Amino acid sequence: MVKGRVFKFGDDVNTDVIIPARYLNDPSLENMAKHCMEDIDPEFPKQDHTGDIMVGGWNFGCGSSREHAPVSIKACGVSCVIAASFARIFYRNAINIGFPILECPEAAEEIAAGDTVSVDFETGTIIDETTGQEFKAAAFPPFIQKIIKAGGLINYRKEEGKAKNEL
Amino acid sequence: MGMTMTQKIIAAHVGVESVKAGELVEARLDLCMSNDITSPVSADIFEQAGFDKVFNKDKVAIILDHYTPCKDIDSARLSKKARQFARKQGLTHFYDTGNVGIEHALVPEKGLAAPGEIIIGADSHTCTYGALGAFSTGVGSTDLAASWASGYSWFKVPSAIKVVLTGKPGRWVTGKDVILHLIGEIGVDGALYKSIEFTGPGVSELEMDDRFTIANMAIEAGGKNGIFPVDVKTLEYISGRVERPYQVFEPDEDAEYERVVEINLSELKNTVSMPSLPSNTRTVDEVKGTHIDQVVIGSCTNGRMKDMRIAAEIFENRRVADGIRCNIVPATQAIYLQCIEEGIMEIFVKAGCAVNTPSCGPCMGGHMGVMCEGERTISTTNRNFVGRMGHVESEIILASPAVAAASAVAGFVAGPEDIE
Repeated sequence: MVKGRVFKFGDDVNTDVIIPARYLNDPSLENMAKHCMEDIDPEFPKQDHTGDIMVGGWNFGCGSSREHAPVSIKACGVSCVIAASFARIFYRNAINIGFPILECPEAAEEIAAGDTVSVDFETGTIIDETTGQEFKAAAFPPFIQKIIKAGGLINYRKEEGKAKNEL
Repeated sequence: MGMTMTQKIIAAHVGVESVKAGELVEARLDLCMSNDITSPVSADIFEQAGFDKVFNKDKVAIILDHYTPCKDIDSARLSKKARQFARKQGLTHFYDTGNVGIEHALVPEKGLAAPGEIIIGADSHTCTYGALGAFSTGVGSTDLAASWASGYSWFKVPSAIKVVLTGKPGRWVTGKDVILHLIGEIGVDGALYKSIEFTGPGVSELEMDDRFTIANMAIEAGGKNGIFPVDVKTLEYISGRVERPYQVFEPDEDAEYERVVEINLSELKNTVSMPSLPSNTRTVDEVKGTHIDQVVIGSCTNGRMKDMRIAAEIFENRRVADGIRCNIVPATQAIYLQCIEEGIMEIFVKAGCAVNTPSCGPCMGGHMGVMCEGERTISTTNRNFVGRMGHVESEIILASPAVAAASAVAGFVAGPEDIE
């Protein structure tokens, strides 16, 4: 369960604005956090985002495969991303690094910037405490839940043993 | 219910008779590919997790192409880390400055991708090899590191969109016009999580270099992969490059497609994507005369031999217009050499173009043609997102090599017919 202040972005937020390629030459967490979202909102990386919740529209994280994108958002202190939909590589990358994301078109539409929102990852329940609205995010398939529970793909692989041929 | 071409390839790599869309499976991999930006991150993850050896040193390729030749101290550190990892693991397929090419041009050229194979790459344009009838898709660095260890990766079996190509493309219409038109039709998330399977009599009218360009930009429609049937042209291309056995797959007659899109190649016009989404398409006629400052011809999308030849055809006995910078990047060393042998390099230089060594540089604002505020580039690359090639107030128009070269000569956005 997390609770935080909402920062809202639009549709097709791409990896080039989440973390521009000109900063990928230094993939340290400090550098990633320092430039996260700066091409869309220069003020964003200057603030403390510990516990904040990012809300985006359709096709969040489209573009490049750079894992640096979810890493940079996580490095800012953001606790999770809620979006109407996610681009597939961003979706995989977030799960693989153990960063929570929730797909919920209604929540992405209704929640406003600055609202206080709480999220229960177990049930997928999203509550906008500012307006009292409640939303339900799509549940992850069991296999994905296992990866999330393990804290990411590498931990999952270590726990399960490598080169498994079944799920 | 029958399976799509992609689903059949996945089933074969899982070792089962059939798979269904939406199912989560773990599939065997034929190649894991990465570059100088993504490999170092994967190497850290791999080593910190306590993994020792990659699953197969012949099936892991590292290609240093993005910030190379290294643009600054930090990028030199990244390349050094990737280089050390490749040496330590004794990788067969490691490509460094002097031998390198842009990964998605180099992998097919070196025969590292074959029909029916599954290839993942820590780069979103890995979907390029679908042109060869392979299932290939982009992943992140953690996915890659886990696959280096195991030789397997998890996939959600994709549903598919069928794109039926008919007709024959006109004189200056190429693969880039086809894919930009398609993205304009279905949108940047029109194929989200899905395969785009190309089929129809029009396929045989497309050269392999056109097919690479089309499959390359499947990701710009949100696609998991783009894939072409294997035909005479495919077999001709892989002849002499792929020595190992491979398997050709075809979709079942009763395969299920969520959507069918028809494109008559005969009716296609030169198409561009205006700032700042690939789906913001217009025909060249509609935007002719738009101001530009720079032209870039190259990248994993359009840096192949056909692209160089078309550009040369337009630049022959012509000059880049005053006030325009034109930057050409052949995608691999072999293409670079062939440009020299065919006299293309001379045409480019005489026309006033700068010709660079193979690199991804300009496409993602790395180096070799970064823009400041207020500038606009017409580029044969694949993304025109805000800030992609430099300052957030610079702009990118995506186009084919024919349109980009014609625009360089005209000094504004123009098609090849406009300068004849």
